[in-house]
Amino acid sequence: MAFIRFADRPAFRNPWAEFERIRQGLDELSRTYVDQGKTQSRANVYPALNIYEETDRLIVTAELPGVKAQNLELSIEGETLNLQGKRDNKQSEPGISYHRREIESGSFSRALTLPVKVDAEQIGAKLSNGILTITLMKASAVTPRQIKVSAE
Amino acid sequence: MTEQELKIQEKKTANPGDETTKNEACFAPHVDIFETDKDVTVIADMPGVTTEGVDLSLEDNILTIQGNRVLQKQPGRILLEEYESGHYLRRFTVAETIDQEKIEASLNDGVLRVRLPKTGPAQPKKIEVKMG
Repeated sequence: MAFIRFADRPAFRNPWAEFERIRQGLDELSRTYVDQGKTQSRANVYPALNIYEETDRLIVTAELPGVKAQNLELSIEGETLNLQGKRDNKQSEPGISYHRREIESGSFSRALTLPVKVDAEQIGAKLSNGILTITLMKASAVTPRQIKVSAE
Repeated sequence: MTEQELKIQEKKTANPGDETTKNEACFAPHVDIFETDKDVTVIADMPGVTTEGVDLSLEDNILTIQGNRVLQKQPGRILLEEYESGHYLRRFTVAETIDQEKIEASLNDGVLRVRLPKTGPAQPKKIEVKMG
């Protein structure tokens, strides 16, 4: 299962492609054997995202508790996916005194460069129980296609 | 008004007390707790939890908030993993006397809101001093 990622394969043979393949293999190995969490990449912009790849689509997920669908804006421009939104956690009741305050209110904005070309017409996003799932179909040019071999 | 930017808050692993048989992650949800003269409200961030997965209990003044979620198998290959999914668990000792019967909870957009009504507002008792 070796895909070449993050760049379309150049016309000439890339001498580094083999190294990239080995690195990916090692990454996957370490993900399997090393404790989860250690290999995680740290996000520095809210929200933290997970991205998965299937043969024909990319799946982007984020945990957005307390964000309403109408306060969330998604847009795509070329290969950049933009996520914007806000969370309002202010309490309107009068005369309250806080014991603990760990949840923040505010806005967020994150731009993400997608590793492959996607079909901008076929993007699905749903927000359920505070989890956003965006499904992006890969552009037909980069979707693997079965080629029939005919016997003569 | 310039709005504050949301920051990533690190997920803290919750301590379930004893080890679970399943090797699934469990986190302590971030909470807001506030009090009015009538009740105590706990708000907990539990993205991914549905109403069926919420387990609330108040025993011996210990409020346990538990959120179990159906952990889906990851689709395909991971390209980027910035957060981990897991169950939620957090316990609090509640100092106030709570009317157990009237506890209300609601779940919206992955945020659990629990209202714990206090039993009869503690009326300050006035002691009259008689002239003797």
